[in-house]
Amino acid sequence: MEILRVKDLCKFYGKNETLVKALDGVSFSVNKGEFVAVVGASGSGKSTLLHILGGVDKPSSGKVYVDNQDVFKLNESNLAVFRRRQVGLIYQFYNLIPILNVEENITLPLLLDGRKPDETYLNELIDTLGLRSRVKHLPNELSGGQQQRVSIGRALMNRPAVLLADEPTGNLDSKASKEIIELLKLSNKKYEQTIIMITHDQNLALNADRIITIDDGKIVSDKKVR
Amino acid sequence: MLFKLSIKNMTKSIKDYAIYFLTLVLGVAIFYMFNSLDSQQAMLEVSQSTRSIIELMIGMLGFVSVFVSVVLGLLIVYANNFLINRRKKEFGIYMTLGMGKRQISKIILLETILVGIISLGIGLVIGIFSSQFMSILVAKLFEADMSEFHFVFSKEACIKTCIYFAVMYLAVMIFNTMTISRYKLINLLNATKKNEKVKMKNPFLAVLVFIFGSSILGYAYWKVTGDVGSMNTAEKILPPILMGIVGTVLIFWSLSGFIITVIQKMKNIYFKDTNMFVLRQINNKINTMVASMSVICLMLFMTISILSSSLALRNTMQRELVEMTPVDLNLYKTANLPESYMKYGVEHKITNEKQREDSKHPIYETLINNGLDMNVLKDIVEIEVYATNNLTWETFFGDSLNEVKEKFPGLAYGTAEEIVKISDYNKMAKLYGINEYELNEDEYIVLCDFDSQTELRNKVLAKGNYPLTIAGKEYKSKYNKCQEGFIMMSTSHTNLGIILVPDSCPLTEEMKEMYLLSANYNAETEEEKKEIEKNFAGNQNSSNLIKSLNDNGIELDGFTKISLMEASVGIATIVTFIAIYLGIIFLIASSAILALKQLTDSSDNKQRYTILRKIGCDEKMINKALFRQIGIFFGMPLILAIIHSIFGIQFAITIMSGLASKDDLLPSIIATVVIIGVIYGSYFLATYFEGKNIIKEEE
Repeated sequence: MEILRVKDLCKFYGKNETLVKALDGVSFSVNKGEFVAVVGASGSGKSTLLHILGGVDKPSSGKVYVDNQDVFKLNESNLAVFRRRQVGLIYQFYNLIPILNVEENITLPLLLDGRKPDETYLNELIDTLGLRSRVKHLPNELSGGQQQRVSIGRALMNRPAVLLADEPTGNLDSKASKEIIELLKLSNKKYEQTIIMITHDQNLALNADRIITIDDGKIVSDKKVR
Repeated sequence: MLFKLSIKNMTKSIKDYAIYFLTLVLGVAIFYMFNSLDSQQAMLEVSQSTRSIIELMIGMLGFVSVFVSVVLGLLIVYANNFLINRRKKEFGIYMTLGMGKRQISKIILLETILVGIISLGIGLVIGIFSSQFMSILVAKLFEADMSEFHFVFSKEACIKTCIYFAVMYLAVMIFNTMTISRYKLINLLNATKKNEKVKMKNPFLAVLVFIFGSSILGYAYWKVTGDVGSMNTAEKILPPILMGIVGTVLIFWSLSGFIITVIQKMKNIYFKDTNMFVLRQINNKINTMVASMSVICLMLFMTISILSSSLALRNTMQRELVEMTPVDLNLYKTANLPESYMKYGVEHKITNEKQREDSKHPIYETLINNGLDMNVLKDIVEIEVYATNNLTWETFFGDSLNEVKEKFPGLAYGTAEEIVKISDYNKMAKLYGINEYELNEDEYIVLCDFDSQTELRNKVLAKGNYPLTIAGKEYKSKYNKCQEGFIMMSTSHTNLGIILVPDSCPLTEEMKEMYLLSANYNAETEEEKKEIEKNFAGNQNSSNLIKSLNDNGIELDGFTKISLMEASVGIATIVTFIAIYLGIIFLIASSAILALKQLTDSSDNKQRYTILRKIGCDEKMINKALFRQIGIFFGMPLILAIIHSIFGIQFAITIMSGLASKDDLLPSIIATVVIIGVIYGSYFLATYFEGKNIIKEEE
């Protein structure tokens, strides 16, 4: 089942001589439960792609459908609703709210949506992430790997249509990196979570089902690895 | 949830907020204190005529309060905008988690309301308590009876404070919502990633602009001091003010570039310990806040000028008051009223026959004829003042008229000189306890104590034996400058000129211009004096002799020592209060902006200091660098403001000529320095210690 479709996506900055084509006619589609890695050198346009998929940035032209919904036809407030229900974002630098503890950070997207957290799911998530002993801690009391696990928890809390991860291990040592990748794979299997992960690390990408390579704003290869 | 976020945010960023918050509390407290003045106990105990002065003061304070609330409002908007901009990243994260802009606005709204309510509450409590101390001060100034102390709470002032601050916070909320709605999510997320734009200005251009700015300021300075004579109309003050503003902006635009260019040339200073770092830091900072630096500088300038000139004004007034009110009563009346007179080119007829008849008789007779018990007065001296159209200021200056007119074109040169016979004057002088004079048959003396007028008259008198024709007879000046003296009481030196002539001078009956009577009250105690005073002065509703005479068409006017004292104390107090009110508000507003900017910079630049530490700077060197950086930052607008003030105060003293004397400037400047030192200095120290904590903190 198709959960995400990208059609002729373009994102240009500047004009005339200084025109930069960050994305230049990108099209692909992702099925539910797929784990896709987007690989490219820095400046290839992969972060721009991720931001557009997450409804954070707007494309110059082209369309993005998530769950058959044309994302950029949404108005400002519906886009916010889209972001909190359909997208989970994981960043290289975690982007946790420093004033909220682990549990609060994880449940924040739900609370913003005015819903009560599902206690069983929350507890399961916390246990899966190995954060049981840390629920009342503030982010700055955690290690980098632990913080990233919190941000995964936060991204999964709403059971989003797609989980977008931007260099999720970029700031971690190899042991913690491995843990994070295992967690992503686990969530992919356990909850049939669709994941799109951006990385410049080919080895890391090999953990995914499918690798899309981007260069100069264009898709240069799109292969199933599994 | 949003509420919880707001609360948590505030407690977390309490350090960023502390100085801003304290400034708000201070602002509320001061606002309440000055607006509650009228309901203070001291105000209720003062006499009737003082009461009307207090009402004037309340009116003016109300007007000033509007201005003050605008200044505070701008400060709040600026500070808020500033704090919000620092939280771009945070809001970006909220938005990626699916928070809408409306919810973000709500968070900020809640925070603003919380900060507003808490600061208003604490500020009011502090204000209410401090106003009790102020009450004692006011009582002392107005010489009110404060033997019984009551705790005073002004409901009106409290409500007014709440309303004014509510409006300010409302404005802040609107501004915040506008700021938020302009944000783009992607830019918010990238806010910290964006390379800080280190703008470098062309050093040559910076030096050029600095020189240009200095020349503009120099010209403006000269305009208000050296060329002050040409400032005879209000509009002419405008260009130097505009030049001052433009010059200030240009100086701050170019200052850091200029300093760097100059100090780089001095290699042994530039490369000495952390100088290079500090200089670059400052260069970077000033360039990003030219506008606020200029505003701060101008606000400080106003604070210094307003405080020192008004305090000087008050000192001068109090000193001169004692000197200028030697007796209890002055009464005066126009002599020889004609059947008609010209006013503004229109002929006015005096139809009141009684008044014309009365004007042929001295005041003494008028008083007796109208039933005043003359026993209430003692030491009565009555003299006559003469004037003639043949001797005006114009004729006095003679050949030098054009030269004088060039400098002071606005003076009424057609004014007739007042002429008094020497023996009359000496009678008055003896009563007043001031210098008596002697004259030869062909001599005259000019008495004048109004500074600028004295200066003008001395120009011609300095020629020696300066001749004048008085009543058709030639006289020469006994002295080659004006002499001290006066015939009418006043609150300050305002005698523009009296010409003393020998008794033999052929002054005619037609030249008689005015009768002047001086006397003391025939009383022992203050109470008795106040009782007699009621004959001559009081508020508009009470009846007194002068008023009933006026109602009957007889024109008699006068001053009493008591009313002059009250008026003078009142005016001096109004001026002082308003100056202190404005001065302190300006001061806390500009200090708060500086402190806020420095503190947020300290946390933003923590990394830079960490790098310094990593490359081998010890704590002492780092603290020194921070101290110098903050010190220079606070010092620069202050230094330029002080330079502005040197000229500004001189100008203020000149245009208030006679009202405030340069002799009284020193103590008031000392007082100003103390006030600024305490407030500005506290903000500086608080900023330094807080900044030190911030850069010491671990990530």
